[in-house]
Amino acid sequence: MSEARIEVDGLRKRFGQTLALDGLSFTVAPGTVTGFVGPNGAGKSTTMRVILGLDSIEEGTALIGGRPYARLTHPMRHVGSLLDASALQPSRSGRNHLLWIAHSQRLPVSRVDEVAELVGLGKAARRKAGGYSLGMRQRLGIAAAMLGDPPILIMDEPFNGMDPEGIIWMRGFLRGLAAEGRAVLVSSHLLGELPDVADHVVVIGRGRVLADATIEELTAGASSLEDAYLRLTSGAVEYRSGTDGEQRR
Amino acid sequence: MSSLVEPSRSGGFRGALLSEWTKFRTVRGWMIGVVLAALMVVLFTFLQANGMHTGYCTTPNPSSCVTGHQYVPTGPAGDAVADTYELVAKRLTGDGTITARITSLAGRIWAGPANEAPSLSDTRPGLTSWAKAGLLITPSTKQGSSYAAVMATGSHGVRLQYDYTHDRAGLPGSISSTAPRWLRLTRTGDTITGSDSSDGTNWRRIDSAHLARLPTTVYVGLFATSPTTSEGSATQAMASFDHIAIDSVANGAGQAAPGAWHATSIGTGPQDYYTRLGNGSYRQARDSIVVTGSGDIAPAVASAGGDTASDSLLFGLVVALIVLIVIGTMFITSEYRRSLIRTTFAATPDRGRVLAAKAVVIGGVAFAVGAVAAAVAIPLGEHVMSANGNYIFPADSLTVARVIVGSGALVALTAVAVLGIGTILRRSAGAILVGVVVFVLPTFTGPGIIGPTSSGGAAMWLYRVTPAAGFSMLGLLPRSGLVSYPYTMANGYYPLPPWAGLLVLGAYAAAALFAARVVLRRRDA
Repeated sequence: MSEARIEVDGLRKRFGQTLALDGLSFTVAPGTVTGFVGPNGAGKSTTMRVILGLDSIEEGTALIGGRPYARLTHPMRHVGSLLDASALQPSRSGRNHLLWIAHSQRLPVSRVDEVAELVGLGKAARRKAGGYSLGMRQRLGIAAAMLGDPPILIMDEPFNGMDPEGIIWMRGFLRGLAAEGRAVLVSSHLLGELPDVADHVVVIGRGRVLADATIEELTAGASSLEDAYLRLTSGAVEYRSGTDGEQRR
Repeated sequence: MSSLVEPSRSGGFRGALLSEWTKFRTVRGWMIGVVLAALMVVLFTFLQANGMHTGYCTTPNPSSCVTGHQYVPTGPAGDAVADTYELVAKRLTGDGTITARITSLAGRIWAGPANEAPSLSDTRPGLTSWAKAGLLITPSTKQGSSYAAVMATGSHGVRLQYDYTHDRAGLPGSISSTAPRWLRLTRTGDTITGSDSSDGTNWRRIDSAHLARLPTTVYVGLFATSPTTSEGSATQAMASFDHIAIDSVANGAGQAAPGAWHATSIGTGPQDYYTRLGNGSYRQARDSIVVTGSGDIAPAVASAGGDTASDSLLFGLVVALIVLIVIGTMFITSEYRRSLIRTTFAATPDRGRVLAAKAVVIGGVAFAVGAVAAAVAIPLGEHVMSANGNYIFPADSLTVARVIVGSGALVALTAVAVLGIGTILRRSAGAILVGVVVFVLPTFTGPGIIGPTSSGGAAMWLYRVTPAAGFSMLGLLPRSGLVSYPYTMANGYYPLPPWAGLLVLGAYAAAALFAARVVLRRRDA
């Protein structure tokens, strides 16, 4: 899968006075899960929206297998994405949510039931999505991302709101995707998840790449991944809760 | 320079369209909403028609008032007509010619209060512009019969008119003893040719009329009639004729048709709707005949006191419009509210295509609602109004189809326009408010709903330049250049022709959609 590659080069974007992305560059290679971490406001979600052609940029390029997302025909056959699991019409059933997306990509209706089965949505697929728990919404979102059987997947905080059982399922699922040769970009603030899932980590802060390395490289010289993360981002966080002595977890 | 990548144009529109239709039909509330909108059109049409009753009085005495409507004749083409005049005629069998000189045409106008029945007791001299006197050929003295006539008029010169709607100008100028007019009608088979002359020697052919299936024996003679003024005052005309000659081909050239002149007052019964001044009469003195008459031979207009098939539809349609404004707005704003719009644009990066697909879906749904509801409501309303004694102006099926299509288009264009507004504003409440203020409020200021007190120029302009112009598609009241009548909103007439009105509404929808497209391309999703 040569096209299973995300290339982000020199992204620059402002929101008013704030420089949201400041020359951001990184690559997501096929067959790997790349963790995308950084403090709140670092630019993770903005970067993902730029890759998906949703947000404009002032400088730089974000390419999917060499092409901008907006130039892809039936883009969800190239890139599956999950930005916000709550982005649902509450009165529409999960299955119908998948159905309209399938139609937009000219995918067969049979694909809808396949992905609903794949994520274990089961009979809940025919219920109104408004009644779903956050974990079920995440599963529905992943089902939507998998509709086009894409070589690339982009997920913003997929572990959010999942119960322990769901988290374990998600880890295995993501590893399985990479093992199939797909390129997977996963943002998370739950750093504890990453060593078990990601082969590679891109740490960003204030719109810049702070580290782009394998898990082994990051943890070398630090007591833990957490420790390495905090050291890296210390200069890139405007406010961190608690006193200096009391750090998270 | 901040920019979005210009999206790919490849990959068909069908996917986006099928996708948006799936979105629409899978929200049960929207589907229920559109069905309810259609049902409400029918319900409100029934209620409004049920509240419309007609009665009339044959004398100022209330005891003479009855339920029902006065008689409005129907012309050969199926249209409502005025057919009230004084005819002084003979029978002519086979081909022939009638010739006469008209030496004077004078009139009187009712000068009494508007709420009193007109009579000759209080009049002022004056000739209304479409007062008519001249020669007429008709197969029957029944109202609504086919005819051809050459006539002098109050201020439109000599005319050849036939079958109520056809009109051709002859010699200009008004009639006096120093400027009389010679008139002639020639029958050859089904063809009647009208000619005029200022001296009785040099004749000029005005035009020919073809009266289908004209019987062998017809009435030929002199007539006079005089319509109400544009202010609504009844009038009477008096015309003097001499050099009257009827030549019959069958009896030999130059031979007058036998028999005496016979006067008939047509359309002057107590049930006949046309308001007259005095009774028609004729006076014969040696070679001349003076004919006096009041009424009109012309298309009927709103003064006939009828309703139209779409009259009871208006309110229900406005209710449906409001429902579709809400659904049309929600169709896009609900996606913004839940950030679902990002999934939509991730699926279809060409945002213009998404907007177009949404417009086709909501426009199509709204059109179906408006058109289906109108198709059911119009005959229902017509039936109920007729049962309540109202006269309904006849409308041919093509015209009714125009109203049905117009009702659909009206709702569809409004729904598409609010889709654009919703796209720009991204908030349901704001967009619905703007939608109602721009697309519904101007309609409510029209005379159809709050009454004729708002009839001045303001209401007329609202129906010309605001989206309310789209309601012109419902206009069914007959109008004619041959009838001088105030075709105003107060009298139920829309100021714009139907399709022009729809075009105004279409311009609003196009502008909203265009602005939405511009905003969508520039904005982060």
